[in-house]
Amino acid sequence: MRVAGLDIGSRTVKLVILNGSEVCEKRCLETSARLAEQLTDLLSGLRFDRLIATGYGRGLARELFGAETLTEIKAHALGVRHLFPEVRTILDIGGQDSKAMVLAPDGRVLRFEMNDRCAAGTGRFLEVMAQVLGISLEELSEMALSADQAARISALCTVFAEGEVVGLIGRGEAPERIARGIISSIVKRSLGLLRRVSPSTPLVFTGGVACNRAVVRLLEEELGFQILLPEDPRITGALGAALYGASSLGSGPGKGTEEGLAG
Amino acid sequence: MDREALWSSLGLDLEAHAALLEALGPLYQEVYLSQENRPRGMAYFDAVVADIHGARVAELLQIREAGRPVVGTFCVFVPEEIVWAAGGACVGLCAGVEVATERVEEVLPRNLCPLIKAFFGFKLARLCPYMEVCHFLVGETTCDGKKKAYEIFEAYKPIYVMQVPHRKDEESLKLWIAEVERFLRYMEEFTGESISAEALREAIELINRRRRALKRLNELRRFDPPPISGRDVLLIHQLSFFDDPERFTRKLEELCAELEERVSAGEGVCPAGTPRVVISGCPMAIPNWKVAHLVESSGAVIVGEESCVGTRYTRELVRVSENSKEGLLRALAERYFRIDCAIFTPNPERPAHLKEMVRDLSAAGVIHYALKFCDPYTIEAYRIEKDSAVPVLKIETDYSLEDREQLRTRIEAFLEVLR
Repeated sequence: MRVAGLDIGSRTVKLVILNGSEVCEKRCLETSARLAEQLTDLLSGLRFDRLIATGYGRGLARELFGAETLTEIKAHALGVRHLFPEVRTILDIGGQDSKAMVLAPDGRVLRFEMNDRCAAGTGRFLEVMAQVLGISLEELSEMALSADQAARISALCTVFAEGEVVGLIGRGEAPERIARGIISSIVKRSLGLLRRVSPSTPLVFTGGVACNRAVVRLLEEELGFQILLPEDPRITGALGAALYGASSLGSGPGKGTEEGLAG
Repeated sequence: MDREALWSSLGLDLEAHAALLEALGPLYQEVYLSQENRPRGMAYFDAVVADIHGARVAELLQIREAGRPVVGTFCVFVPEEIVWAAGGACVGLCAGVEVATERVEEVLPRNLCPLIKAFFGFKLARLCPYMEVCHFLVGETTCDGKKKAYEIFEAYKPIYVMQVPHRKDEESLKLWIAEVERFLRYMEEFTGESISAEALREAIELINRRRRALKRLNELRRFDPPPISGRDVLLIHQLSFFDDPERFTRKLEELCAELEERVSAGEGVCPAGTPRVVISGCPMAIPNWKVAHLVESSGAVIVGEESCVGTRYTRELVRVSENSKEGLLRALAERYFRIDCAIFTPNPERPAHLKEMVRDLSAAGVIHYALKFCDPYTIEAYRIEKDSAVPVLKIETDYSLEDREQLRTRIEAFLEVLR
């Protein structure tokens, strides 16, 4: 039995196919404006018996392919717990939203918080800022790590922060310090989100932003403990969706439980 | 009178009004008519919605033409019994949809409660026949947004404002009793006739009967499965503010009798064991069904509304102990003074009432619903969450549909936590 997990996010589409308990296929593409076509293309060449969708686009996958759906919250909880059975807190920062959740020792989601409807403190924020500085996301991370101190960026809104960064450039502030300020800003916001759920350790960081070394480093400094990172932090949602499908086989749509995955 | 002529006589913008009603149809189909297992008794309420700006408006116009007062309100603090006792009719004006936002923002700040913007929009765009059929409106100093907005609104429609105190001590109660008496005198001056103790008593009984019927409806939701959806109960609460009270109460009693049969037959609107939630917070004025629909189409059932369009309206009855006019007025004022609105400080009654509801209704979770920029409720959400024995999801939203998918994700994830 092959189960496909599809995580349709605002910036990227992730796909994982499980054959039994083994990952046999893994994809990550940028979300296109013609999402329906993109999804159809993505799935057309692949073999699977069951499709589970999560992410903002999950409703579309249900309409197009009759996929079963679950929320990102539960998908990440399942995916991360599979990789790190001891996990108690998950921070996920994706393209356009961020969430923090606390799990019980048995894997149930106890509490969660999500950011509001704007892109503040998400991957999109980093993309926009890197663009203003004329550098790549990797360069943004490296420059931030090499800075002696951070420039102060106070705006939480992406649009206003962009204006602030332009102002800093105009005043001749070192790009390294600006980069550091940008990373600090996203870290502060993530800490706020984490505090609202009263996190406990171990903490796993997922989503595209977890690929940014500077964010990870600064977050660890602020938290005072080490953060765990999956090998590919982007695909835990898709993995969780596939695991959900594999665990609830035969119990009918939407009736799945994570019990089959425990341990 | 045909509908167009009615609306035209009230000075509505017929074209924009037609567009508004046209949008309501598909929304009502999606949220209401597509539900399964609805009680038969909802047919009456469906018919009221199908003619939402028609039959009742015509009745109110008749009352007005007969020389009796027609009064509009925005808030459950206005003692409507006084209006009925004066031989008039009281109508709770709707403000549950975004209308004429650009024009409203020429007058009011952008970052303001959507409910205030909506009642302004209805007036500026001439879209609400209920508002137009009223002789005057009665406002109240509940929140800052409303009390300052009324100052401007006066230029568009006569408005009488009641001062609602914000603390629950003896001095505040005295002030409130004086305010209720002042409103009674205002109504007497308006009609030119004194309100008798008997008329006041009858009006108190009329509205108590309506509240009792709503209580009976809400109590039936204790059963698992509940015999009626939360959306339908929300609608009934919304319609209670403008339908004729006698007819409304009769129809609701009929519905309750049907629901009691359902309960004894073990029938429900959803399977037993469906996750049960209580909504707590700001009022949801018609046609604001966004969150209720999201919750119930995500696999949960709403079993209570801790809201002005809900138990904040029905919890307290007027407790009559003496039949003199003064005694009746005092009982009336005391009933309104017991309302647990977030404008009061401190307001320990509200979290306590919510706790009772959660227990009595066996709710697994609470969804705290706050309108954007509503300071009293957005701030009080902290206390509600802290004091709650069950998980709380805090939502802050307005009437736009742009955040529907984000809300859906949060609500679905919250329900996963409850299961």
